[in-house]
Amino acid sequence: MTGTILLQQIINGISLGSLYGLVAIGYTMVYGILRLINFAHGDLLMFAAYAAIFGSAIFGLPWYLSFPLAIIITGILGILLDRAAYKPLREAPRISLLISAIGASFLLENLAVVFIGGVPKGFDRPAVFDHVIEFMGLRIQVLTVYTPLVTIVLLLGLLYIVYRTKVGKAMRAASKDFETTRLMGINLDRIIAITFLLGSSLAAAGGIMWAMKYPQVNPFMGVIPGLKAFIAAVLGGIGNIVGAVVGGFLLGLGEIIIVALVPELAQYRDAVAFVILIVVLLFRPTGIMGEPIIDKT
Amino acid sequence: MDRENRNVILNTLSILILLGVLFLFHRYGSLYQIRILNNMAIFITLAVSYNLVNGICGQLHLGPNAFITIGAYTAALLTMAPAKKQMLFIIQPLIWPFTVVHAPFLLAILAGGVAATVFAFLISFPVFRVRGDYLAIVTLGFGEVVRVLCNAWQSLTNGPLGLKDLEPYTNLWWSWGVAVFTIVAITKLINSSYGRAMKAIREDEVAAKAMGIDPFRHLLLAFLVSAFFSGVAGALLAHLITTISPTLFTFIFTFNLLSIIVIGGLGSTSGAVIGAVLFAWGGEALRVVESQIDLGFVKIPGIPGMRMVIFSILLMVVIIFARRGIMGRNEFSWDWLLAKMRRGQKG
Repeated sequence: MTGTILLQQIINGISLGSLYGLVAIGYTMVYGILRLINFAHGDLLMFAAYAAIFGSAIFGLPWYLSFPLAIIITGILGILLDRAAYKPLREAPRISLLISAIGASFLLENLAVVFIGGVPKGFDRPAVFDHVIEFMGLRIQVLTVYTPLVTIVLLLGLLYIVYRTKVGKAMRAASKDFETTRLMGINLDRIIAITFLLGSSLAAAGGIMWAMKYPQVNPFMGVIPGLKAFIAAVLGGIGNIVGAVVGGFLLGLGEIIIVALVPELAQYRDAVAFVILIVVLLFRPTGIMGEPIIDKT
Repeated sequence: MDRENRNVILNTLSILILLGVLFLFHRYGSLYQIRILNNMAIFITLAVSYNLVNGICGQLHLGPNAFITIGAYTAALLTMAPAKKQMLFIIQPLIWPFTVVHAPFLLAILAGGVAATVFAFLISFPVFRVRGDYLAIVTLGFGEVVRVLCNAWQSLTNGPLGLKDLEPYTNLWWSWGVAVFTIVAITKLINSSYGRAMKAIREDEVAAKAMGIDPFRHLLLAFLVSAFFSGVAGALLAHLITTISPTLFTFIFTFNLLSIIVIGGLGSTSGAVIGAVLFAWGGEALRVVESQIDLGFVKIPGIPGMRMVIFSILLMVVIIFARRGIMGRNEFSWDWLLAKMRRGQKG
């Protein structure tokens, strides 16, 4: 394999990885506070893609209006999801929360099937994203460059919120010690709602960029990205925001490079991601940027 | 007579009645009814074995579809005549020794169960290193890995084309026989010291360890037993619907099983049975939602996909408002039934 092709694959890997990272942030934020794997997170991705389609198809909005609108609506859906499916189970055993999450995920997917239909729809990629850059003998779609940039900008924005604002401080406190945060006079329900809002909006952004990259939108499109984003979050250390993005990059790069080096594995792409997960859980369960947990037994 | 004897007599009587009912359906039932009854029995087997890991051991295991797939494919590859296999594997030829093996049905379903058990043994080491959410995701991952393998390993499984034209060996006697055997075996396991250890692990693993219980050994036992019966059920399913392909055993299958045991009552074998019966019957009954409902004066158009929406809503309603499901953790017992009947007589 020549150097230029390798470089091309690396750039592809970074771009794919940034998509995973963006969705992984939402997973890791919710897990950090609620200790819950939000199975329905991937379906928020799907919802945002459809919302963007409807924004431009039905209301005729240009992309710079329909995209932010879709992101906001998905954020609100995230808050509603928490209210309906997770809030009633705050005091329940963890297995109930997980089952509720799975149920919510299936509900969203099948509601999409019922109301929109299972037939895949095409996503109109706005013309401004259609250019191709020629660079050092490589042909790169401009979208492939934009995606990591958007991810990093959003990540920095989120880090600012989490580390430099009062709300962020409350979120960090809630992820460290749930009960005590309540005692400090913090309205935990509001903080959780804000967490879901932020996480879902990021997933929405990821979903729209995913739909621009792979322009076929169907009700089950969020399942595999959702699972891979979770793997990315675990890889980077679940609960750690920067770790989620780092994990995403590693997973995306790993996936692309392995398939590039061993083309026969192309069909097994999804399985490769799961094998990576199992290996990580076997040897370093807290991920790359997590602290090792001491087993007191 | 004492309680033990009474229970044995009542159990035997129930099985005889079951045999009688099955005989009647076998003779006079329509194909549709027989199909539903077969489905019911297979789902009872699946639910009871799934409940062993999820309900009794308390671990959220999301990969039973892997065991079902392995059982189904193994049995199918064994029962198909070599000539048929030659015809079917058009993309890539089947690997030896499957090209020459041809086994009777009983052997095939046992082999399906054993194959699933071997796979369960292999994956138990990574799976039981973790607990809780991670165990859920790891088992889910293995479920997906098996599905991807079935799709891609064309020289073994014929890839996306799947295996078709299987002999419809499964009849009421096979499916219900296996179901009854599963219920008896797993109930005996739960009521033994192993079962008590599993329940202890479910309630508080650290305390159980302090009492000298090795979690890995007991979880492994539950996992292997569950895998065996799931594999056998998969083999039965394959020979009921006579066509299998990788798209049949996706996470949706796991989701259905999960709904069954949650609605029936997580931790209760009787609950799993009730859940399976309701699912098999209700699944058919709910088909009516997907086709037109003609009320005479108004026609409500059918909505495809509404069935799954109703299932999802049902699962969420149960888990949020009635977490214990139908049976909770209780089991059906003759004591309870006789007491109810006695109270009914008096009052």
